[in-house]
Amino acid sequence: MSRDPALELVGIDKTFGAVQANSDIHLTVERGTIHGIVGENGAGKSTLMSIIYGFYHADSGQIRVNGKAVAIRDSQAAIAAGIGMVHQHFMLVDNFTVLENIMLGAEGGALLAKGIASARAELLRLENAYGLKVDPDALIEQLPVGLQQRVEILKAMYRGAEILILDEPTGVLTPAEADHLFRILEVLRDQGKTVILITHKLREIMAITDTVSVMRRGKMVATRKTSETTVEELAELMVGRRVLLRVHKGDAKPGDVVLSVRNVSVKDNRRVTMVDNVSFDVRAGEIVGIAGVAGNGQSELLEAIAGIRKPSSGDMLLNGRTVDQADPAALRDMGVAHIPEDRHHMGLVLKFEEYENAVLGYHRKAAYGRGPLLDRKAIRRDAMEKIEKYDIRPPNPRLQTAGFSGGNQQKIVVAREIERDPTMLIIGQPTRGVDIGAIELIHRRIVEMRDAGKAILLVSVELDEIRALADRILVMFAGRVVGETARDADEQSLGLMMAGISA
Amino acid sequence: MSTASLPLPNWISYGLMPILNLSVAFLISGLLVWLIGESPIDALVLLLQGALGNGEGIGFTLFYATSFIFTGLSVAVAYHAGLFNIGSEGQAYLGGLGCALVALALDHYVPWYVTAPFAVVGSAIFGAAWAFIPAWLQAKRGSHIVITTIMFNFIGAALMVYLLVNVLIVPRVMAPETRTFLGGGRLPKLDWLMAMFGLKLGPAPFNVSFLIALVMCFLVWLLIWRTRLGYEMRTLGFSPSAAAYAGVPYARTVIIAMLISGALAGMMALNPVMGSAARLQVEFVGGAGFVGIAVALMGRSHPFGILLASLLFGILYQGGNALSFDMPGISHEMVLVIQGLVILFAGALESMFRPALVRIHQRLARP
Amino acid sequence: MGQYDILVSIIGSTIRLSIPLIFTALAGLFSERAGVFDIGLEGKILGSAFAAACIAHVADSAWLGLLAGIAASVALGLVHGFASITNRGNQIVSGVAINFLVAGLTIVLGTAWFGQGARTPHLTGAARFAPLNLPGAGTIRDVPVIGPLYANVISGNTLLTYLAFAAVPLSWWILYRTRFGLRLRAVGENPGAVDTAGISVSWLRYRAVICAGVLCGFAGAYLSIVQSAAFIQDMSAGKGYIALAALIFAKWRPVPVMFACLLFGFLDALSNFMQGKHAPLFGEVPVQIFQALPYVLTCVLLAGFIGVATPPKAGGVPYTKER
Repeated sequence: MSRDPALELVGIDKTFGAVQANSDIHLTVERGTIHGIVGENGAGKSTLMSIIYGFYHADSGQIRVNGKAVAIRDSQAAIAAGIGMVHQHFMLVDNFTVLENIMLGAEGGALLAKGIASARAELLRLENAYGLKVDPDALIEQLPVGLQQRVEILKAMYRGAEILILDEPTGVLTPAEADHLFRILEVLRDQGKTVILITHKLREIMAITDTVSVMRRGKMVATRKTSETTVEELAELMVGRRVLLRVHKGDAKPGDVVLSVRNVSVKDNRRVTMVDNVSFDVRAGEIVGIAGVAGNGQSELLEAIAGIRKPSSGDMLLNGRTVDQADPAALRDMGVAHIPEDRHHMGLVLKFEEYENAVLGYHRKAAYGRGPLLDRKAIRRDAMEKIEKYDIRPPNPRLQTAGFSGGNQQKIVVAREIERDPTMLIIGQPTRGVDIGAIELIHRRIVEMRDAGKAILLVSVELDEIRALADRILVMFAGRVVGETARDADEQSLGLMMAGISA
Repeated sequence: MSTASLPLPNWISYGLMPILNLSVAFLISGLLVWLIGESPIDALVLLLQGALGNGEGIGFTLFYATSFIFTGLSVAVAYHAGLFNIGSEGQAYLGGLGCALVALALDHYVPWYVTAPFAVVGSAIFGAAWAFIPAWLQAKRGSHIVITTIMFNFIGAALMVYLLVNVLIVPRVMAPETRTFLGGGRLPKLDWLMAMFGLKLGPAPFNVSFLIALVMCFLVWLLIWRTRLGYEMRTLGFSPSAAAYAGVPYARTVIIAMLISGALAGMMALNPVMGSAARLQVEFVGGAGFVGIAVALMGRSHPFGILLASLLFGILYQGGNALSFDMPGISHEMVLVIQGLVILFAGALESMFRPALVRIHQRLARP
Repeated sequence: MGQYDILVSIIGSTIRLSIPLIFTALAGLFSERAGVFDIGLEGKILGSAFAAACIAHVADSAWLGLLAGIAASVALGLVHGFASITNRGNQIVSGVAINFLVAGLTIVLGTAWFGQGARTPHLTGAARFAPLNLPGAGTIRDVPVIGPLYANVISGNTLLTYLAFAAVPLSWWILYRTRFGLRLRAVGENPGAVDTAGISVSWLRYRAVICAGVLCGFAGAYLSIVQSAAFIQDMSAGKGYIALAALIFAKWRPVPVMFACLLFGFLDALSNFMQGKHAPLFGEVPVQIFQALPYVLTCVLLAGFIGVATPPKAGGVPYTKER
């Protein structure tokens, strides 16, 4: 067996215009190991993986597989070099069967009939070898997410991947499914395959990897044996300074009930019930956090409360009055503000200038215009005030919103919603893709709102964020609220609830 | 990110690139002229002379441009709300019915300046009505508006032919058209405006509807960038999910945008029907709806750009006519070729030169 | 004419009028299933008709005319492909541009070359496809019911007619039984899946566009060489759009496409037949109703009143690898 590392990156550079996404990256991954790559959003992990898989070409540097330099011009070359990739957003054809998806690109001949028989045989072999079991004739759109991911892995294995790269694989899995995935990865490793795991979840790194590399701002800053490092050290390497994992705050003083959610069920676009008979209250002056793995109905619940998606049953009361769901404008009039999960597509119109986004959702308020016309001066004045208060950079309300960084974009959204002095604040993933400085500011403002007597509902897939901010924690699993804890609940019991295992 | 998506300064995106695209379109047209055996330079000179050389030519140019302003505005308004309205051709056709009915009803009794406002409203209502069903289908049933508007162009044509042949036709006359409108149903020519510049209009039908078009340019600008409705339309056009988040009512906004779009297309009919022919005829729209698509694209859906692009196409139309007159070897349909090339290069291929321009710009920008 | 003879005549007419629709709708099928929306079908048929008529006349050969028509249509398809695939331009705009371009070019060149006001010279003899008489047509002709049907409708068509009907199962087979078809259908639903499988999205879409070009080539050649005997200005007369309507009506599947085209062809034949005649309840039916009916039916379908029509998911959207 060759002693050469399975994969080596030597001096990889990649620049996009003024942005240096990857800077002199050196990486060595030994065969038969699980190697983790961590970094914040924007650290350059995705760019690096895209280079390895042939989507982008590095400006300079070399890629070596098993000691031999390879030129990866496109994904076909990567596949030929034995590199397989499981993307964060699955690359599957929804209305094809599992078999058709796996065969795509490796049909075994111009006519399909031949290839189908041998594909079925190979799938059986893979199932026995690695425990990857899936019904070959099922339609992708009917499979649960965990199985869809398994199809992605099978695709890579079918093409003979020796090096398997997984990009944020557990974002959409329950803890049980994630565990199952890790067992499969271990089997692969023990059979001599090489696994590269890209994630921002430090606990996963500690749990499953043999070695870990840290990326920060386009550079590879460190590589460690997993057994020789800690979560704290990795976090510090990721961010570059000591990270406060807790926010300073006093106890909550909850008042009257502001929001009352009663027996609400919500279906998604595919008519699948995503929220199943959920009931809870949020009081003034408290932060209620909803924890759970992404995809358990939190997004749909948020959308229902914010009036963007009509629940299939149940109702909601705001200050004792029943709310007409599916009317965000009316909810805003009643004092409900909403910081959405997806700031790029929902919370902001990136092509608008900053001041136009500063009133998104509130553009019909009397302060911003007379009759059908808008008062742009008033709007710009308002926007400037918020820019100053929240230190939004660059402080230019005429700049196109797409030109602001992720953190500043989120500040625009947060400023807009908080400064309206709402009675109730609904927040989804407030710090996703946001740099540390902005995170601290946003967390601080949320706590200030709570202390000022606002009712706050916070949804986040980052358990650390929930535990830092929430006064009460509700855990959602498979569309239901499966448990409620106080803020100091331990992680294990929370993790079990998130996996659907109640005490 | 690849080079194709790096931002270019405005003067390149909105100034240099369109000019570059236009030039290539003209170059290829010139090649075609040369292939036929005529001189491209002579052809270009004849074209420009025919369009701009004298008062009559300019009059015709502006007359054609007027129609394109209306249809261009129509496409642009819908586009801002994220809708591709291919149906301006049919909506303009129906608009003709609207203003013709008004003219036929009133032209015996009142002067033109009383008829005119009613005619504007009439053409707008009929054009909007023709846009309503595709709008409703998109808003409530999710039917793709591109396809439904194309279908409605054909349905509209069939309907109008039926009406003109069977209902509106003058008894005992062969031609499928209404009777000629009296003075009360005609829009007067703008010869006094031309005279102000020392030009003689002659027989060119440049008429008052041009002024109405200019007013519409201003109103559209006001609507899109200064009103709350316009804000909501732009939000919907840029990001339907942001619009849902912001409480912009989808169905209502789509329908209103299309009604306005249809109304503007309908008003196009004022120009040929009341300003020139003084009667309603078959096929009077003559492709102006499709030119409107090109005009809106080239003008980046902004009224000022639409104005300029309309003038350009007006020059092409009138110049093409003059050219086919003076150079019999080149038939009048050459205009369609040039038009197609302009739409191709300024519309579908507009990014063709982008990577090269980005590279050149980067090299020059480096100190 | 007896009732049955009228029926046979209408059936024959239906088939003749459906042929260009079938070719064109299949062309649209290949293109749209791969994710390239094609409004330029109209322009391709017209361009092909012109090229076919020109070459058929000059070379006095129907086959060379057919090849020329295919070449012209494929060339136009490649322009559309270049704009939509390589340059990621707006596919509607590109289609509209090509339609304008061809409408103008055919007349300009036709006038310049033949001087008869854009009409190409009349084609005779070898420049047209001869009708093929199937075996036994002569003997069966007088047999009641089957005779006239076989002799006048099924037999006696040109080669292109039989090819059109053969193209339907052939298209089905290509789409569902070959590697190319699998990939083509995939790229119209999720081009990312195709890209990450190591297949070139562009090249795949170009091949789809070329297939569409070839099929439109047959349609155009049929119009000017078989149906008429010359190219006449604007002779495609909206058939490209009716074919598009048929494609949507058939929900983008090959065999229903054939039936949809036959239906629309029937409406066309019926409208020709009904001109000047009185129907039992309605009196004289305006021909415009038949003309508008295919479009109305398509709108009714799109409104979801007769089932749901879901187009290929990635249709009309240029593919970029931007993250």
